[in-house]
Amino acid sequence: MSEKLVDARDTYCPGPLMELITHMKKAEVGDVLELLSTDEGTVNDVPEWVDKIGHEMVSSEEADGVWHLKIRKMK
Amino acid sequence: MRILIVGGGTGGTIVANNLARRLSKEIRTRKARITMLSASDQHMYQPGLLYLAFGQMTPDELYRDQASLLESSIIFHVDPVEEYKIEEKYVVTKSGKRHNYDVLVIATGSRIAPAQIPGMTEGADTFYTEESAIKLFKKLREFEGGTIAIVVGVPHKCPIAPVELVFSLNDYFKKRGIRDKVHIKYHYPIGRIHTIENVATWAKPEFDRMGIEYETLFNVEEVDAENNVVKSLEGTETAYDLLIAIPPHCGMEEIEANNLGEDGWIPTDRHSLLMDGRDDVYVVGDTTNLPVSKTGSAAHFEAEVIAENIASVIKMGTPVRDYDGKVYCFIETGHDSATYAMFDYKNPPDLTNPSKPMHWFKMAYNQMYWTSVRGLL
Repeated sequence: MSEKLVDARDTYCPGPLMELITHMKKAEVGDVLELLSTDEGTVNDVPEWVDKIGHEMVSSEEADGVWHLKIRKMK
Repeated sequence: MRILIVGGGTGGTIVANNLARRLSKEIRTRKARITMLSASDQHMYQPGLLYLAFGQMTPDELYRDQASLLESSIIFHVDPVEEYKIEEKYVVTKSGKRHNYDVLVIATGSRIAPAQIPGMTEGADTFYTEESAIKLFKKLREFEGGTIAIVVGVPHKCPIAPVELVFSLNDYFKKRGIRDKVHIKYHYPIGRIHTIENVATWAKPEFDRMGIEYETLFNVEEVDAENNVVKSLEGTETAYDLLIAIPPHCGMEEIEANNLGEDGWIPTDRHSLLMDGRDDVYVVGDTTNLPVSKTGSAAHFEAEVIAENIASVIKMGTPVRDYDGKVYCFIETGHDSATYAMFDYKNPPDLTNPSKPMHWFKMAYNQMYWTSVRGLL
């Protein structure tokens, strides 16, 4: 199990959630991905997807205009 | 100064031609040399594949001889690279030839990877290769009614393609007079119908107007080709008569085999476009791991920055420009209208209303591309 950073700051296309999905495909169950985003919509988009898939939202924090979302892969 | 460009797609070709002009004096006086190594003697205009899938272009219109697109001072070999010796500053090609360099530009692009999804190769059609686009067109011509499902793999090249496909399908079946017999169901990986919020906001009422059914938060997990059912990671499924997939993509095999980047995407600085940890290796277009669209447009704007910086480093010892994330995408909104999206790292896309003139401009650009890739536009 490992932690990996996904830097999706300042991206509109493909966008933070698409970046997260791409990296999640390669992650192992139990891995935690930390997504960095400057898009405020990420705060709603990511938990919605995480909840639907059944992964785990570990944390969601904002610092200096950057959202840090930690997600654990569960399946 | 030996400049080696690996890959003869949009990005590699624009870097080569732009540099050849900037360094014409240095090349003439043998102070600089530009060599391109490519896997093919042909250059494909990839956006043309969507037109091919709807019978609006023929395959020959998609290609030019690569050599005919290059400045005459560029040394060109059809001999793909198999080994990258980044520390030792040389590559080895398929024919076994060694090429030393002072500056390397990697522009090898991406490829479709439908095999990542069980059943997708057998059960889904696509239009990301010449062969598959022709096969899809033949199926569309024979289609007399039923459900066409569209699914989208991640990551994928040309993020606007799924939406363009829907508009094209709607117009195609309208023209055939059987639109009422065709049910189009669109599936998208995130919680709206396109990743760019403005595009999603604009396209949703358009989809409603055209009678397109859509399901969001649908990440294709498996295609049951025997029973014509596509299943999502989220636990839902759709039965189809014809399944069209935007397949997931990955970088080229030799990039991963040489440990240059996971899945064939090379870690790249988002502004300098240098490979992480190197000051002598640039990466352009789909080959980067940057969080920007994998499109010819991004490759074009990146290529201009790389060429200008390589030339300025040679002439004055320092790069002069940063890539700002610029991307410009045409959006075909049917067979007779279009709009566009332009954005960069700091500015989100702002859509204008679709219009016929923008569609005509796109039609013109399909020809102007050959001027653009020569580095003249």
